[in-house]
Amino acid sequence: MSTGMEPVEEFRLRAREWIKANLGPLQPWDRTQHCKDDEEELVAVARDRALQRKIFDGGFAGICMPKEYGGLGLSPEHNRAFNEELAGHEYPSRFAVPTFNPCASTILEFCTAEQKAAHLPAILKGDEVWVQLLSEPGGGSDVAGITTAAVREGDHWILNGSKVWTSRAWWADWGIILARTNWDVPKHQGMTVFLVPLRAEGVEIQRIVRLNGESEACQEFFTDVRIPDSDRVGDVDGGWTIGTRWMFHERMGHNSPYVTYPSGLSQSAGHEDSPVAIARKSGKIDDPSARELIGEHRELGVVTRALQGRIADAATKANKDMSAIDRLFRGVASVRRSTIAFELAGSNASVWDEEEEAATDAVGMNFLMRQISCIGGGTTEISRNVVAERILGMPREASGDKGVPFREVPKGPKRA
Amino acid sequence: MWHELTSDQQLLRDTTARYLADHVPLDRQRKNRDSAAGFEPAYWTGGAELGWIMPLVSEDMGGGSVSGRGIVDLSLIAYEFGRHSAPGPLVDCNVVASALSDVGGEAHADALEAIMTSSAIASVCLGFAPWQQSGEATVTITRDGEELVIQGAVKPVESAGQATYFLVSGRSDSGTTQVLVPASTSGVSIKNLKAIDVSRKFGAVTFDAVRVPASALVGAFGQAEAQMTEQVRNACVMLCAESVGAMESAFAMTTDWAFERFTFGRALASYQALKHRFADMKSWLEASHAVCDSAADALADGTSRAAETVSSAKAYIGEHGVELAQDCVQIHGGIGVTYEHDLHFFLRRVTLNRLLYGTPGDHRRWLAQMQIDKEMAA
Repeated sequence: MSTGMEPVEEFRLRAREWIKANLGPLQPWDRTQHCKDDEEELVAVARDRALQRKIFDGGFAGICMPKEYGGLGLSPEHNRAFNEELAGHEYPSRFAVPTFNPCASTILEFCTAEQKAAHLPAILKGDEVWVQLLSEPGGGSDVAGITTAAVREGDHWILNGSKVWTSRAWWADWGIILARTNWDVPKHQGMTVFLVPLRAEGVEIQRIVRLNGESEACQEFFTDVRIPDSDRVGDVDGGWTIGTRWMFHERMGHNSPYVTYPSGLSQSAGHEDSPVAIARKSGKIDDPSARELIGEHRELGVVTRALQGRIADAATKANKDMSAIDRLFRGVASVRRSTIAFELAGSNASVWDEEEEAATDAVGMNFLMRQISCIGGGTTEISRNVVAERILGMPREASGDKGVPFREVPKGPKRA
Repeated sequence: MWHELTSDQQLLRDTTARYLADHVPLDRQRKNRDSAAGFEPAYWTGGAELGWIMPLVSEDMGGGSVSGRGIVDLSLIAYEFGRHSAPGPLVDCNVVASALSDVGGEAHADALEAIMTSSAIASVCLGFAPWQQSGEATVTITRDGEELVIQGAVKPVESAGQATYFLVSGRSDSGTTQVLVPASTSGVSIKNLKAIDVSRKFGAVTFDAVRVPASALVGAFGQAEAQMTEQVRNACVMLCAESVGAMESAFAMTTDWAFERFTFGRALASYQALKHRFADMKSWLEASHAVCDSAADALADGTSRAAETVSSAKAYIGEHGVELAQDCVQIHGGIGVTYEHDLHFFLRRVTLNRLLYGTPGDHRRWLAQMQIDKEMAA
């Protein structure tokens, strides 16, 4: 800890005063990033950019970012204090994840001074919204099995391939991308990380419509996109070293010290009814078995929060893989809570009135989408492998690609 | 348990752990299956000397805790009880001691002194619990002139056969009443029962028109609901901490087994089907640690979240402690259900603790009521 850092409690008081004077109450847009249509979403995006600029001008952006890149150079305790003071206030929610984390946290850890100077201040001023370009249509959990390729051509790289499940890429500015640069070595040794502007020539972005009709996720197609070598991050073929840290940051999610967001704000809280309200509507509120379900729903919320606190503590102190426990628990608990809401609704879950409720808030639709909490951001099956192998030290799963040049790894079905 | 303890807390925990390992190893408990108390009097006296029955008692009354947050220190002791599957009425003696300390005064000073020094054992007869509707009470306490009349029965009561005192909660017309009743009082009958734990003993206690003087009251007549609720929450935190300790032992034992046991030429630990179950168990274990610590912290600090955190912990650990222990049995195979193996001690402990001071169902209905009240107020 450097000397002369402002004491946390002094910083807190200063933050409290500034927040009260400058930020309004929490908006529906801040609680969930779902908007009723694209027009409303673009208004929300513009509001978030302006709000981030306001925080920057107020001297509170990038609390844990170094001063030379526009941040404050303070500690995670300062960020936590700010987040606590921010509770109940509006905030630029579209910057939190993935722009601040894992994008900015990865840029800070691996980029050159020139690259950091080009992007970190722009992020903190609200000028650049970032996305992470990791998953591909050909493979979900096997991140290192990517086939989007970059080929060197003089002082440029030519990028071809496709990335998928990128949240809100259609209005974002930049992406951090993992691409294959060497097919003649085992998979982990042939990848490189690049920074890519999403409005570059050859980038096409399509929306993915989910079964509930919502379309925040995107798929990007890269056709002969030219990336200057100055936008390469780290060593050629050294991308996996960055990738593993990038995914560690990703697992930290909103718990990262680089993320500013109001404490106590549940990331999944939408406009959906509470279990009590659902049970009232279905007439089950006085049924003892419904009461047990309502209690269990609350219990899982309380336990999730307690575990998050314990892991955030352990993750920074002892074992970074502990975040896989948090991910596994949240996934499974969220599935159970969705099922409880569905049970409490009874046959009401089959329909909803679109004048009163959005599809993304309807109990039945949330039940159909239930597994997303065990899929998005790395499946719970992968988390279970991480817990068993890296925390409990159990033997690793056999793989068909270990030590094999990536070119020769089986990539499609072969049935006798 | 907490990642960081003060050096005094660490010492308390280590001393307790060493004492339990020396005095009540599982081999000795295995042989004590048929002993009436489940432990030797000297064991309980030694524990009292280590400070087991002091943390919730005020310093004025001769108690005190090493950290100044009694329930937190007590949950460290309870955690070691769970890890060692230790015998003795830790929960009830502490609950009664805290109840007597909180009301203060001279009326119960001798009883409190006797409980704290281990010369008396005190048990809790929860004839009316905070999650129950008034019609569900099993004990009623009425006034008759200067006397109180206790009618009803309670089961299970820990160490009923060894107890010198019973702290009885019952329903009165005007609310909840608590009285301290000597076990020798006329009309009190005790029947020892077989229980699922090896070393913790239980019985049924019946009160047949038992008459006690008004000085037996603990708190005011008909107005003991708040203190009883606080007692139940303290008990729940101790039981949760104990179960987390038992889960930790069962899980550690089963993880070792997975590395040692080979089948089809491979360690059990190499099968993904089992690795994933271990991962689930590890997530339950960490979640149990987390919510148990939160509950103790919230109760110690008297925060507004204490009520829902304690009931969440009791419901979650009640359910998942048992599921974890049963999964450990499954992964051990047949040897997991033998009396010679150590695993059953921990299975018994988490199963028993699931049932005492409110089942997961009781606490979930209580939580639901809290949620309904909160949403009505909003």
